[in-house]
Amino acid sequence: MTLRDLIDKLLGRQPASADTAKQRLRLVLAHDRSDLNPELLEQMRREILEVVNRYVEIDLEEGDVSLATEDRVTALVANLPIRRARIPEPELTMAAGTPEEDSEGVATLG
Amino acid sequence: MTAQSSRFILICSGKGGVGKTTLTANLGIALARLGATTAVLDADFGLRNLDLLLGLENRIVYTAQEVLAGSCRLEQALVKHKQEPNLALLPAGNPRMLEWLKPEDMRQIATMVGEQFEYVLIDAPAGIEGGFRNAMAAATEAIVVTTPEVSAVRDADRVIGLLNSEGVKPIQLVLNRVRPKMMASQEMLAVDDVTDILALPLLGLVQEDEQVIVSTNRGEPLTLGDSGSPAARAYTNVARRLRGEAVPLIDPSKERQGLRARIGRLMQTKIF
Repeated sequence: MTLRDLIDKLLGRQPASADTAKQRLRLVLAHDRSDLNPELLEQMRREILEVVNRYVEIDLEEGDVSLATEDRVTALVANLPIRRARIPEPELTMAAGTPEEDSEGVATLG
Repeated sequence: MTAQSSRFILICSGKGGVGKTTLTANLGIALARLGATTAVLDADFGLRNLDLLLGLENRIVYTAQEVLAGSCRLEQALVKHKQEPNLALLPAGNPRMLEWLKPEDMRQIATMVGEQFEYVLIDAPAGIEGGFRNAMAAATEAIVVTTPEVSAVRDADRVIGLLNSEGVKPIQLVLNRVRPKMMASQEMLAVDDVTDILALPLLGLVQEDEQVIVSTNRGEPLTLGDSGSPAARAYTNVARRLRGEAVPLIDPSKERQGLRARIGRLMQTKIF
């Protein structure tokens, strides 16, 4: 935070627009460059969260999967705060395996 | 002055109205004044204006169209600048040419021009459609012009993507219509912000300058005289850097002196 940001905050003023411009541009360019349509991105986001959620308990409110871009390289950035690891149930994972979990994932998606 | 040593430089922006044609005219004159034979090609067949900015609109007899059709020689179509004989314009043809013009045609014209000139500047049309692709085909390197505004930067990014995929390089950036005061008060994207986002080397910084309008009214590019207006200096510096001279780039928003500027900088210091 800069001195100006602090003063703006204290006076209840809008922050300087250059910073807003930069952030909006970064976001829109990450999408432009990836050429992913928003629906597909949203689907991917949900599926990633589901997969991660199988292994660790994550804070879905705070969780964020988004595109970021630097030096013309677009990256998928996931910021998923972990509440705690899921206590593994050895027999269940061994017995049920992936197929069941997969079908579960598809079911929630549809 | 052989074809091998010629440089074919596309001047493009994506968005319209950011200063492509003004840069082409001023850069052309500046290069010519530095002693380089230079041709400017108006590749904006739909909305041609390069002739007007150079003050050559009344001297056009033939255009690229007749050259391509073989109904005139290239020399007949090239309009030589009176005050700066090192510079010539190849005017754009009829807008209806867009219906049949192909990238190969533009490449053919540029190659012909390159046999006679060291620098071939190609003024691209706005947009990323056929006209732009034709112009791009004629170039081996590019200058992307943008202003510090979100729409211009976004469109520039699209164009850079296309240039990259076509293997046009180097691609350099000219940041146009910079307002140092607004940058200093953080109400305009900073120079570093734009170069970081677009990831291009900066070839020039041009301040917003009312003299640009005066010069276009007259059809006399600023670089033609020794007015020393900020934009004239900036355009000349772009020409010098293009020729390989090491001319330092000065960020005008960081150069500002006086109490207000100092307070502005103090306000930007990080406190936590």
